[in-house]
Amino acid sequence: MSDFTQRAPIALNDPTLRRNFRRAMDGLMSKRAAQFADPAAWAALRERGAMAKARAVARLPELLEQLEAKCTANGIHVHWAETTAQANAIVLGILQKAGAKKVIKGKSMVSEEMELNHFLEGHGIKAVESDLGEYIIQLAHEAPSHIVMPCIHKNKGEIAQLFADNIDGLGYTEDVDALTAAARRVLRDEFATADAGISGVNVAVAETGTLVLVENEGNGRLSTTLPPLHIALMGIEKLAETLDDVAPLLSLLPRSATGQPITTYVNMITSPRKPGEKDGPQAVHLVLLDSGRSRVYADEQLRDTLRCIRCGACMNHCPVYTRVGGHTYKFVYPGPIGKILTPQLEGLDCAGDQPHASTLCNACVEVCPVKIPLADLLVRLRTESVHSGHSQAVKGAGSRRSLHETLSWRGWQFMYAHPWAYGLATRLMARLGNLIPAKAPLMRQWTSVRTKPKFAGKTLHELARDKGFDHE
Amino acid sequence: MSETARANILGRLRAARRTSIPALPAWDAPAYAVDERIGRFCQLLETLHAEVHRVTEAGWPQQLRTVLAGRAASLMVAPETESGRRLAADWSQDAPRLVPYDRPVEEMKTTLVHGVDAGLTTAVAGIAETGTLVLWPDAAEPRLLSLLPPIHVALVRASTVVDNLPELMRDQGWSSRMPTNVVLVSGPSKTADIEQTLAYGVHGPKELVVLVIED
Ligand code: SF4
Repeated sequence: MSDFTQRAPIALNDPTLRRNFRRAMDGLMSKRAAQFADPAAWAALRERGAMAKARAVARLPELLEQLEAKCTANGIHVHWAETTAQANAIVLGILQKAGAKKVIKGKSMVSEEMELNHFLEGHGIKAVESDLGEYIIQLAHEAPSHIVMPCIHKNKGEIAQLFADNIDGLGYTEDVDALTAAARRVLRDEFATADAGISGVNVAVAETGTLVLVENEGNGRLSTTLPPLHIALMGIEKLAETLDDVAPLLSLLPRSATGQPITTYVNMITSPRKPGEKDGPQAVHLVLLDSGRSRVYADEQLRDTLRCIRCGACMNHCPVYTRVGGHTYKFVYPGPIGKILTPQLEGLDCAGDQPHASTLCNACVEVCPVKIPLADLLVRLRTESVHSGHSQAVKGAGSRRSLHETLSWRGWQFMYAHPWAYGLATRLMARLGNLIPAKAPLMRQWTSVRTKPKFAGKTLHELARDKGFDHE
Repeated sequence: MSETARANILGRLRAARRTSIPALPAWDAPAYAVDERIGRFCQLLETLHAEVHRVTEAGWPQQLRTVLAGRAASLMVAPETESGRRLAADWSQDAPRLVPYDRPVEEMKTTLVHGVDAGLTTAVAGIAETGTLVLWPDAAEPRLLSLLPPIHVALVRASTVVDNLPELMRDQGWSSRMPTNVVLVSGPSKTADIEQTLAYGVHGPKELVVLVIED
């Protein structure tokens, strides 16, 4: 797979993509800022939310057991999957046992990790995305470019064309209400005939065994209410200790994500349909997916990654993400959270470019509602990626170590430890530096993205001596 | 498979070094003066694109009929609820036609998905901080009543409006009595997935009509 630095220029030179992202991100940033206008209130709420998640992470194993016990007592079937392959097999098993041929899906990033739709199609089960953004990219055969707004890379014209090509009887229209109504019509029928609904989970409450889902469209409620069977997918870290923790997290999540004080719907599911109730699924299953998370947990520093509530604020504020968009990262989770999560889940050997795709400007750290020290973790992963020993912290540690870079740093170290070598090298560079071509080895990596500096002709020491300083 | 996976996952998590469990800092959700509360609740709901009417306990069935005139030919109700019974008694035969949600969804799917214009539910509470209705569906009042019909009508008693969610959860002891489903509703169904342009009614109701009963 190509490296991030090779893919970035393609996105940077795509004016439509640049415009689509710029407009969307500017809007999201100003809406978020308006929500947290009072610094004292923001600080207090954020601290409460961050500590709620920090506690949940610190107590993860026992909380998972508590969640399982509570859910089971409430009538929800709990399944555990170490890998995405296992999770897919579990979902398929449940669907086959129920004789399901068609599933309707609410938005779920875990299902993207599993590449569930593709897997189910391969087994003769049709999976229909019902979140409008997800529906659009499913029609376009694309992957989400943002974890909250999956089709943010597309503009009205592109969507209008896609709908005109795919929806019977709908001509080309850029009228957003007409496009939305067309999707409603198509998806209503899919909902009514779906054999099962599949959703993600925003917060699972260990204390009560409640699954909390937030959304604006109502497709999440439909997916979890209308079909006779509901399967919820969640990463093992999406936990809260108590129902009391839900309120601060609910206050932080939509405000950070889209600048809304609350989403239209907050859907709290605690059990399948009880006797006497007229609707709701007869069976609810919860699939707990590990897929590398327990490995993240092993390292006390990297563990903070697992606090994430997937609000997307870090990407909305990232100077890299806002310019190259989500697809440039090539993995399910783009932006700052992706840059720290992906290499840990997939390994530095295949995603080692991710932590380097950052300027370490700290914008993500300032907005993260659960105070994940993203910049520190980026630096830590960069270090791991060139680690010399046999660090077990991250899969593929040391895979980006290169002889050339190691030797350069050794030389640097030697120079700075020996004044005579330093004097010699700087004098040499001052005299000959301007003669070295920009494409020369060692120089090339620097000059590929920057202009080659002009050397002064004399070293700083020489210049200082000329000015009459005789001490260092 | 799931059993081994469970043991392996929990085993790995348990093998990791424990860190100390941080204390939960104090945090208070916003509170409002008594005379501000209802005003804020109604105003926020309107900002969220809901239509709000202040009504009376005695008069709401007739007021609802006026509100729905020309907009809804049929209203689905939960016949075993207090509001369902009130309407059945108050409304005469003419429009809107009352459609009872009185059988399991499997037997009513077509009506629910395509056949009614509006649905009536009663909120157990309102939240002033965010302009939110709290729905607590049960055997008498099904979940889809507030979701499938294009117009959702919600009754809420002014006396049940509280400042914020944590207060409501604590006062009503939610943690020991979570029902099958609780839904917080703040406005009609909406999306901004196409160029951040708001569009209503993408999957759920396009209109939310809130009747605040002054009690
Ligand atoms: S890392 Fe923080 S800002 Fe980024 S998605 Fe997660 S919670 Fe949101």
